[in-house]
Amino acid sequence: MNMSKKSAAMKAGNKATIKRVLMYIKKYWFFVILSFVCATVSVIGTLVAPIITGEAIDELVYGEGTVNFYDVKWYMLWFVVALVVVAITQWIMNVLNNHITYSVVKDIRIEAFNHLEELPLAYVDSHQHGDIVSRIVSDIDQFADGLLMGFTQLFTGVVTIVGTLGFMLFIDVPIALVVVILTPISLFVASFIAKRTYKLFRSQSESRGELTSLVDEMIGQQKTVQAFSYEDDALARFEKINDVLEKDSMNATFYSSLTNPCTRFVNSLVYTAVGIIGAFAGITGRLTIGQLTCFLSYANQYTKPFNEISNVITELQNALACAGRVFELLDEPAQIPEPKDALVMGEAEGEINIEHMDFSYVPEKELIKDLNLKVKPGMRVAIVGPTGCGKSTLINLLMRFYDVCDGSIKVDGTDVRNITRDSLRDNYGMVLQETWLKSGTIKENIAYGKPDATDEEIIAAAKKAHAHSFIKRLPQGYDTVITEDGGNLSQGQKQLLCITRVMLLLPPMLILDEATSSIDTLTEIRIQKAFNEMMKGRTSFIVAHRLSTIKEADIILVMKDGNIIEQGSHKELLKTRGFYWNLYNSQFAH
Amino acid sequence: MKRLMKYFNGYKVRAVLAPLFKMLEASFELLVPLVMAAIINNGIKMDDKPYIIKMGLVMVLLGLIGLACSVTAQYFSAKTAMGVGKALRYDLFRHIETLSYTEIDEIGSSTLINRMTSDINQVQTGINMFLRLFMRSPFIVFGATIMAFTVDVKASKVFLIVLPVLIVIVFGIMLVSIPLYKKVQGRLDKVLLQTRENLAGARVIRAFGQEKNEKADFEQSTKELTKWQLIVGGISTFLNPLTYAVVNLGIAAIVMVGAKQVDSGILLDGDVYALVNYMSQILVELIKLANLIIIETKAVACANRISAVFEKNSSQLYKETKVAELKDSPKVQFVNAGLTYKNAGESSIEGLNLTVNKGDTIGIIGGTGSGKSSFVNLIPRFYDCTEGSVLVDGIDVKEYPKEQLRNKIGIVPQKAVLFSGSIEDNLRWGKADASNEDMEFAIDVAQAKEFVDSKEGRLKFMLNQGAKNLSGGQKQRLTIARALVKRPEILILDDSSSALDYATDAKLRMAIKEKTDNMTVFIVSQRSSSIMHADKIVVLDDGKVCGIGTHDELLKTCQEYQEICSSQNKEEVNEHE
Repeated sequence: MNMSKKSAAMKAGNKATIKRVLMYIKKYWFFVILSFVCATVSVIGTLVAPIITGEAIDELVYGEGTVNFYDVKWYMLWFVVALVVVAITQWIMNVLNNHITYSVVKDIRIEAFNHLEELPLAYVDSHQHGDIVSRIVSDIDQFADGLLMGFTQLFTGVVTIVGTLGFMLFIDVPIALVVVILTPISLFVASFIAKRTYKLFRSQSESRGELTSLVDEMIGQQKTVQAFSYEDDALARFEKINDVLEKDSMNATFYSSLTNPCTRFVNSLVYTAVGIIGAFAGITGRLTIGQLTCFLSYANQYTKPFNEISNVITELQNALACAGRVFELLDEPAQIPEPKDALVMGEAEGEINIEHMDFSYVPEKELIKDLNLKVKPGMRVAIVGPTGCGKSTLINLLMRFYDVCDGSIKVDGTDVRNITRDSLRDNYGMVLQETWLKSGTIKENIAYGKPDATDEEIIAAAKKAHAHSFIKRLPQGYDTVITEDGGNLSQGQKQLLCITRVMLLLPPMLILDEATSSIDTLTEIRIQKAFNEMMKGRTSFIVAHRLSTIKEADIILVMKDGNIIEQGSHKELLKTRGFYWNLYNSQFAH
Repeated sequence: MKRLMKYFNGYKVRAVLAPLFKMLEASFELLVPLVMAAIINNGIKMDDKPYIIKMGLVMVLLGLIGLACSVTAQYFSAKTAMGVGKALRYDLFRHIETLSYTEIDEIGSSTLINRMTSDINQVQTGINMFLRLFMRSPFIVFGATIMAFTVDVKASKVFLIVLPVLIVIVFGIMLVSIPLYKKVQGRLDKVLLQTRENLAGARVIRAFGQEKNEKADFEQSTKELTKWQLIVGGISTFLNPLTYAVVNLGIAAIVMVGAKQVDSGILLDGDVYALVNYMSQILVELIKLANLIIIETKAVACANRISAVFEKNSSQLYKETKVAELKDSPKVQFVNAGLTYKNAGESSIEGLNLTVNKGDTIGIIGGTGSGKSSFVNLIPRFYDCTEGSVLVDGIDVKEYPKEQLRNKIGIVPQKAVLFSGSIEDNLRWGKADASNEDMEFAIDVAQAKEFVDSKEGRLKFMLNQGAKNLSGGQKQRLTIARALVKRPEILILDDSSSALDYATDAKLRMAIKEKTDNMTVFIVSQRSSSIMHADKIVVLDDGKVCGIGTHDELLKTCQEYQEICSSQNKEEVNEHE
């Protein structure tokens, strides 16, 4: 009962997915129709060909001295015409199918990626990146494979079956019936084996998974393994799983490899049956020898599309599942669109007012409640507090990565929701603890926010951020290519580049979220100087672990559990001997 | 490749039998058209129904024997492939475990894991398919040709033209498209990279308002990918139509020549049918052969990658026999030691001289990349000095057998790595036969007692992979405990208290001093407070020692040390004055 409901729901889901896939294909409707026409013509051609050879062979039936060469030549001429038509239509069909498939896939992929850029950060933050990537890359790829196979094989398969059946019935009904009744046996055998081996494959992938996770741990952490001389124990554990895996793989591989020999055997039975019955019919003269040979080649041809179609259907189901996963991503609601009359903000003064702001990531769990804050232009604001107190959340809201749930944030008196996202963010310079770099040259990375920056500007920014000296020493200097996420740079160097990236722009407001956390103390002192220079006259927000870096702030906000519990200058806060005082002293306790 | 052949040793008989049985199956398949021709020529022409039935039974019998042969062959090839795969996996794993840090750095862990898993799987499939098909397909292709010649030499000459043409088409298309597939893969990798990057950098991209540029970049690389897909696909579109046309032209030729032979009384119509049939069989098997070659090229590439790992031998050789320590010598001594990592332009450590006595605590401080970790990695011989030497108990570390050296030393690495299993399992890494007392001692000293007590089942508490169910500080404390379980003579803390708060860090150092028996301790840190009480402090800058001495001495003599301390302790000095 439950099962049937589930499968009904799945079918409904499949139907919706198919409909949507068809919408994407619709754009190429002309090619699709042309492809179908070609498929039909080519199938009919392949079916007619054996009939012509059959007729030709019939000319040879009376043996020595009786052959009518004129007729044979004509038959062969027709035969060649048929095969040329088949070859050409088949080729056109292939080209069209390629074109349709890859174009559809391209459309979907670009749409998915564009959608990704429009999704709210809440989605990006709360979903595994690997999962999203596999939707856009491998799912779409699988979908392409399935779609291509569907196009080339499903339609031709069906036409072949119908056509063969028609031609066989046309030639001889009883033998045609024998073929129709016997061929399903081979399908039955194939699905029987597939069902039995499904379990075996599952236990194979289970032990394979177990082995992979052991290898992942032991080889991934090889250095630790060696440091503790754990090699022998690791090997013993590995051997155990390896033995199980061998057995499981053996079973799965062997039993599944029975499919081909078994279906081949069944097909040979069909072939024999057609041969014997056809030969009897030949004796009575109901069937010519040419027709018999034609039948025999049909008997071979008829079973093939059945096996292929069952493959195609599995593949198509898989493809639909993949398409479904991509559509799921596309269906995620995009960030709230900007109002039509949204303000394009020029250079801001830097006055920020937060009024009665509430915020939570999940509705059930309130994080920030009724937060109020007034920041005058050019003020330096530091935020401190234990992990999870809402420091980074506040920054997410200032940059409008997330929207407030209630209340408002105003910049220069305008609610940020009425300002275009781009122009709001242009007014902020941000350095985060996570140092993200794009694969590309150092220069491209520094100029990320200002692609038209001159070399002089770039070098000047790098000097200010104390990044110039290390960049200079890289193999190709500013043209050194950095790999994905700056793999070939140290954490500290990456952070310096991120700082340089902001130095180049110098927007009116700054956000430094643990910006110097991975830089050694010596360099930090130098950068701090650069930061101080940079922050002059700019409204800035600083989040830091090391309290030494924030002492000079105009105002320190002490946050705990989403609330500002204390605020004031360093001196004032120390006097009140509250939370800040405690925090400050604990850092230097021995 | 060659060195992998030895894995077939235990499977020689099976590896030969599998293709042989496949050949048997193929031979029976080749007989079928002849039987059918006999039915046409003798059965139908002579109105001989019993003969027809007899021949029908022969065909069924041929099918049955074919089935039996084929099943046997599948069994032998699966057995061989899986057996070889298992032995290969085992040896590779064992081999990887012997590689030293230098080789692991060079090859990279993720590459090694790939070799272990997907590459060996590919090789396994390759062996399996090879044993099944490499005899069968060529055998049928050439067998069909030969059988055709036994029927009629003149008509069969067509085969001699068709066969080479087919081979050229099938393999030509393959040869052209395989390298192009790599291009497609490269474009796909780029699409993958861009997607991953855009997720990881979502904040920065939006902060800089670069969404439009990113979209344009992605669209361009997707279009590039599509272009290459169409090119490669375009080449493959020729395969089916061309082979179909060639085979059928061959059939037309056979019928024409056959017609003449029949007219001159050399052939019967059934024979012509058999010839046509052989022609069709060739095509199916040629395409199978082409696919087999694709699988095998992949498998060979994988096998070569695996071989390459086997060829990588540890650059460090260890002595087998135990050495006697010199009792009165310093515990650890660096003599003009230097280290330049493989493929690195500059040295990470140079000209290091230091004598450490038993029971000393040594602090090592310096900026990122100053060579702190390289320094301590020389003591357990994770890397070999490229210059000078390191002595432990008066003996060069290169003279020690691996076990003897590592047993002296407890290491707490920079990154807190723990393994899935219970807390106890993890602690036992330090000492397999550790007593309860050993473990309680270790967690007590490592300041881990409090949190271990709070976990359900205490030492039996299960950690998941990567110990994600512990906080950073908890993990770090456990790695410290793990190093302490065997009560090592030398303890190395490689910046391993960074996730601990100042108070815990201080308690840990106190406990090590008080509760262990004359342990020699190396503390690497960026915090001056962690090392200021050490007996000797080594200040490193850019791989060079710029000062050795006590806190007070260094404050007077070493400018770098002063800078570090002042940046970290200014407030402290001010507030506590």
